[in-house]
Amino acid sequence: MFSMRFLYFSHPKKWFKMFDRIADFDKLTALASKIRKDIIRSLEASGSGHLGGSLGLADVFTVLYFNRMSHDPENPLWPGRDRLILSIGHVAPVLYATLAYTGYFRESELLTLRKMGSRLQGHPGRDHHLPGLELSAGSLGQGLSVAVGMALAAKMDHENWKVFSVHGDGELQEGAIWEAAMSAAHHKLDNMIAIIDRNKVQIDGLVSQVMEIEPLAEKWKSFGWEVFECDGNNIPELISTFEKAEKVNGKPSVIIANTLMGKGVKSIEGDYRWHGKAPNQSETENFIRQIDEN
Amino acid sequence: MEEIYINKGDKATKTGFGEGVLAAAEKNQQVVGIGADITTSVGMNFFKDKFPERFISLGIAEQNCVGVAAGLALSGKIPVFATYAVFSAMRTTDQIRISVCYNNVHVIIGGAHAGISVGPDGATHQALEDIAIMRVLPNMTVISPCDATQAKILTEKAILDLKGPVYLRFGRELVPDFTLENQEIELGKGQLMKHGTDVSIMATGHLVWEALQAAEKLEMQGISARVINIHTIKPIDKEIIITAARETGAIVTAEEHQIFGGFGSAVAEVVVQNCPVPVEMVGISDRFGESGQPNELMKKYGLTAENIIGKCHQVLKRKHDVR
Repeated sequence: MFSMRFLYFSHPKKWFKMFDRIADFDKLTALASKIRKDIIRSLEASGSGHLGGSLGLADVFTVLYFNRMSHDPENPLWPGRDRLILSIGHVAPVLYATLAYTGYFRESELLTLRKMGSRLQGHPGRDHHLPGLELSAGSLGQGLSVAVGMALAAKMDHENWKVFSVHGDGELQEGAIWEAAMSAAHHKLDNMIAIIDRNKVQIDGLVSQVMEIEPLAEKWKSFGWEVFECDGNNIPELISTFEKAEKVNGKPSVIIANTLMGKGVKSIEGDYRWHGKAPNQSETENFIRQIDEN
Repeated sequence: MEEIYINKGDKATKTGFGEGVLAAAEKNQQVVGIGADITTSVGMNFFKDKFPERFISLGIAEQNCVGVAAGLALSGKIPVFATYAVFSAMRTTDQIRISVCYNNVHVIIGGAHAGISVGPDGATHQALEDIAIMRVLPNMTVISPCDATQAKILTEKAILDLKGPVYLRFGRELVPDFTLENQEIELGKGQLMKHGTDVSIMATGHLVWEALQAAEKLEMQGISARVINIHTIKPIDKEIIITAARETGAIVTAEEHQIFGGFGSAVAEVVVQNCPVPVEMVGISDRFGESGQPNELMKKYGLTAENIIGKCHQVLKRKHDVR
């Protein structure tokens, strides 16, 4: 962990401006694996939390923070930064691990997840002053509206920064998402990109059985969005999809990222029972070994 | 200090709100407006006409309006979102709780057409629970001006001087406009409207006018009633309430809102913890409103100066029984 940090993070400003993104797929894959292992360790330390979704999003977050977004861990409130809105606050562990790896705070703090007094709340809370955190969120269906507000502000001020927002597929059952979707298209917010974590699983079981959201691409299209679909666990594919979405003019973009809940730990991949569960010590060792073997 | 109050002419508090938004927007270009279809009827048309490029129309989608407001505020804007209070405060409560209050962003939420005096529209559109809901939210400031002049002043102050979430409550009906343009007023500080020694009437919103009428009539009956306008319900001015409790020994509260959890409850919380004295409350008694003319409804639901006088007699009896 520390050697990697030294290798990549000795000049954070240099690395994290848009023009110094990490483009090497092998390096990005290695980072995603490290983020996965830290998610597992932080959940073991907390004894509760949402493992499956956090692991499934590790590649999306790696691509966003190390390759796509323009941001500066040394200056978290830099006005020109791209914003990342995590609407599904329950997968906070993947955001925290990524923020730690990009240099917003020390990795050791990840072990304070969900503990009293920690800056790493169970669902993100800005009142605890965690650098790099843009929004307190966790009540599903609210983040897309906030992203719309930010994108509108950027447009009004003629600023070039972008807003990325991450949503669950189950979250799309919330009606407020579609109010926000309508407004983003109405106001032609081509400076925002929503990412749907399409892992097809929610707490009660399969999304298709709890409450079907298909035809999903058609829904977004009919709401006036440019729709992309990709393998959300494939780093090169994610990068090329983001590149296309960022070039869209006159309307907002959505990326339906097909992910696997628990991705990286073969024995739990796709298993909805790991949606809201933390590993014990032996499971942690086992899961980390599986990631190392990949 | 104490003034003689004369009605300068009836005016809706929503108009004062709209004028306050415009005045604030002229001073700070970060002020932006959000509309949910009923822009003119909530007084936001003044702003929209003057600053169309700073006005964002979002349609009949109030939950989205509140989330968008939070996003704008997180990006340096000062968003003002107003619609009927039943929608702006209640349909959107979860968005206000998390996206606005938990993030502690400076979003101004206007609750228009509050109270039963909306009249003919009936119970669905008569917000009688908004004070209770807004005042329990951490970080929230709750403001309820007594007339249009005060609505304008407090709206401008709330937009320009406060930092966190604000809920502003106002009405559609034409009500007496009696406070002064250059009044001394401070957010969070109650206003002593009239001196008195026997009983204190604490009112919010346009019931302050009713309280002043009640005090005048009580004076003729030989009862000296103090009148206090509590325009900031949260944070509430504890000092003025405790002093009134100590000096007069009896309190009547008056609001156009449910008694449960509302303004009267806020006053009672201060009284029982600091200087317990009898309190009687004028307000809606745990029921929905109905269609009717505003003045008819105010009478039927017990919100007039006469009702305040009745409660004063009751509370004075309790005060003397205790002694």
